[in-house]
Amino acid sequence: MASQSNTDAHWRKTTRLMFMHLGVWFFFGYVIHMFVKPLNTIVIPVLGFPLGFYMAAQGSLIVFVVMLFMFAKQQDKIDREFGMAEDD
Amino acid sequence: MATQTAAGADAFYKQLGRMYGTYAGGFVAFIVLLAILEQMGVPNKVLGYLFVFFTLAVYAVIGVMTRTAQLSEYYVAGRRVPAFYNGMATGADWMSAASFVGMAGTLFLLGYDGIAWVLGWTGGFVLVSILIGPYLRKFGAYTVPDFMAFRFGGNFARFIAVIVLVCCSFTYVTAQIYGTGLIASRFLGMQFEVAVFAGLVGILLCAMLGGMRAVTWTQIAQYIVLIIAYLTPIVILSTQHYGIPIPELTYGTAIAEITARENQMLANGLATAATLKPHIQPFINYSPLNFFAIIFCMMVGTASLPHILMRYFTTPSVREARQSVAWSLLFIFLLYFSAPAYAAFSKLEVYTNIIGANVTSLKPWLFQWGQLGLIQICGKNASSIADVVAACKAIAGHTGVVRLQDFVINTDVIVLSTPEIAGLPYVISGLVAAGGLAAALSTADGLLLAIANALSHDIYYKMLDPNAPTIRRLTVARVLLFFVAVASAALAATKPGDILAMVGWAFSLAMAGNFPALVMGVWWKRTTATGAICGMLAGFGLCLFYLVCTRYFPGYGVKYFGMSSLLSPLTGAPLVDIAKAMALPNAMETWPTLAHPMANKIGWFDLNNIACGLLGMPLGFLVIYVVSLMGKEPSKEMQAYVDEIRKPRGKTVLEEKA
Repeated sequence: MASQSNTDAHWRKTTRLMFMHLGVWFFFGYVIHMFVKPLNTIVIPVLGFPLGFYMAAQGSLIVFVVMLFMFAKQQDKIDREFGMAEDD
Repeated sequence: MATQTAAGADAFYKQLGRMYGTYAGGFVAFIVLLAILEQMGVPNKVLGYLFVFFTLAVYAVIGVMTRTAQLSEYYVAGRRVPAFYNGMATGADWMSAASFVGMAGTLFLLGYDGIAWVLGWTGGFVLVSILIGPYLRKFGAYTVPDFMAFRFGGNFARFIAVIVLVCCSFTYVTAQIYGTGLIASRFLGMQFEVAVFAGLVGILLCAMLGGMRAVTWTQIAQYIVLIIAYLTPIVILSTQHYGIPIPELTYGTAIAEITARENQMLANGLATAATLKPHIQPFINYSPLNFFAIIFCMMVGTASLPHILMRYFTTPSVREARQSVAWSLLFIFLLYFSAPAYAAFSKLEVYTNIIGANVTSLKPWLFQWGQLGLIQICGKNASSIADVVAACKAIAGHTGVVRLQDFVINTDVIVLSTPEIAGLPYVISGLVAAGGLAAALSTADGLLLAIANALSHDIYYKMLDPNAPTIRRLTVARVLLFFVAVASAALAATKPGDILAMVGWAFSLAMAGNFPALVMGVWWKRTTATGAICGMLAGFGLCLFYLVCTRYFPGYGVKYFGMSSLLSPLTGAPLVDIAKAMALPNAMETWPTLAHPMANKIGWFDLNNIACGLLGMPLGFLVIYVVSLMGKEPSKEMQAYVDEIRKPRGKTVLEEKA
């Protein structure tokens, strides 16, 4: 049986991870697109995309996919650390 | 006996890879076979029928084979769907007719601003995974209202959650059935109303007998069809034009060419600055506020839609629920990051081969869509060369060369016509139609199941007859599913005008009604039942009020609620002259059509009504917080349950008796 302090420590770490990912989500979901006009002056070499357009059409999406796989790993690590992960 | 079935099930799950691999291979072989038939001179219409009926038959066979009479199989597929496959099923569940057929067209029309939808419909899965999904899986519910009822003191909270669920799912499912009707009538030449009910049969065969279990295995099959269908035409197109079969990389060049062509058209008088909206220029169709509001509402709405959340109830563990969200987004991403390529290739084609061309030299594919009223040139349906020539002659000073302002295309045409634009054989068009059908059917299945489950499990079993035996519960679920499906097909057959806007509204309604209560219920132990109920009512109520008032009672909104005209994103000027519109005899008309001068064009803070969740959700959070603090802390027992939800290890909190 997990003690209350163990439970609280697990939740503190989980919460910190949550805010970290929310921060990344907010940055790539919103903040970066606020700068679309200056970013569009940069053109990605070879491919020819204006950078601001590219970030909205592909860049942010790639970040979301990658961060979800990372999140699943990181949260699982936290769960294991506090003995709260399910048996494999 | 029990061990025997368990062993059989294990073998079944081990073989999944081989089964679906064979299926995908079989599908490709089927396409090749049809291509050969086409070369041998089989008529197009027969090919179209073969495509649609073969795929429908496969879904139906899967649906019938995986039928079930067990409750946990019916409601949550026995909680045994591996993360990878659940991700694929969620992808099909998620991507609707609007994503498959409509999104590329929206991007074609709106350019950069259309990407708000791409971002909004992907980023929400981040919220699903980190804030809500895995916790609901640990809780062990059959439906989202189950969680609301347990955490927030019983059946009143359950009832509100059911209302939110039905409100946002019903309009959404109607849009899907409408989509099936549209595709079937265009490619099979059926009458629209007949096509709607034909699609209905396909949906019912999958969902009714086997519930979640059957829907899961069919959705995986449907995902495979829809992704192959979506990617094939643009991969071929990309290879034709740029020699590289990865359209997501090559369309950057197409965008540069579009920009160059835009300037050229302005220079030689083919377009005017007033009608040309440069493809990559941001914030000319939506103001920055509305652009970001749409992204936000679609994202948060994703994390609040019951038919998506319930897909994560089916994984074997909390860990797999998280992995499954990641797989879902990967599978969805494959389609969404290709949609802008469709838009760019089509736009380039239109700008170079139609705009600036002599009206007598237009290509024949265009007239097929013109006959359906989906492409107009010089203000008339482009049904034949003679019609187009006549229409353009009627315009004073027209030189016989198509200008940008002469050309109007319906957004649905973009994806469906790409194979013809590229001059590909008809078999590819049939493939695209089959893919669009798969997208519409799979989403409709998931939504219908969500509604029917809420009615049968939450209303009938939990509220009306808690002692109902299993067999009766399942029968009620199936009968309700049937009636909900027929009702939405009947509504779709009337072709309601607001159908596409309603899909956007569903997100805002779900977001305002569900999101604050779900998040606070998991993340803040101090949330009380009264607080959550008040918050749901306030948030959902405000959102619904804003929608209904701006769309159906615009005169009252202006007169009594201080609403004003939305502003043009380009000039900042009001879209309607309110003083003038209020003086008109129809100013106070209720339930007007979209032709009403103020319908959908008024509001507070220049906020489009599709993003009304932006008003409702913060209010929901605020009310939950304030009311909870005013009341007594939830019981120690409830707080211990919340702790339990937060730990992946151990049994689910809610144990359903079988």
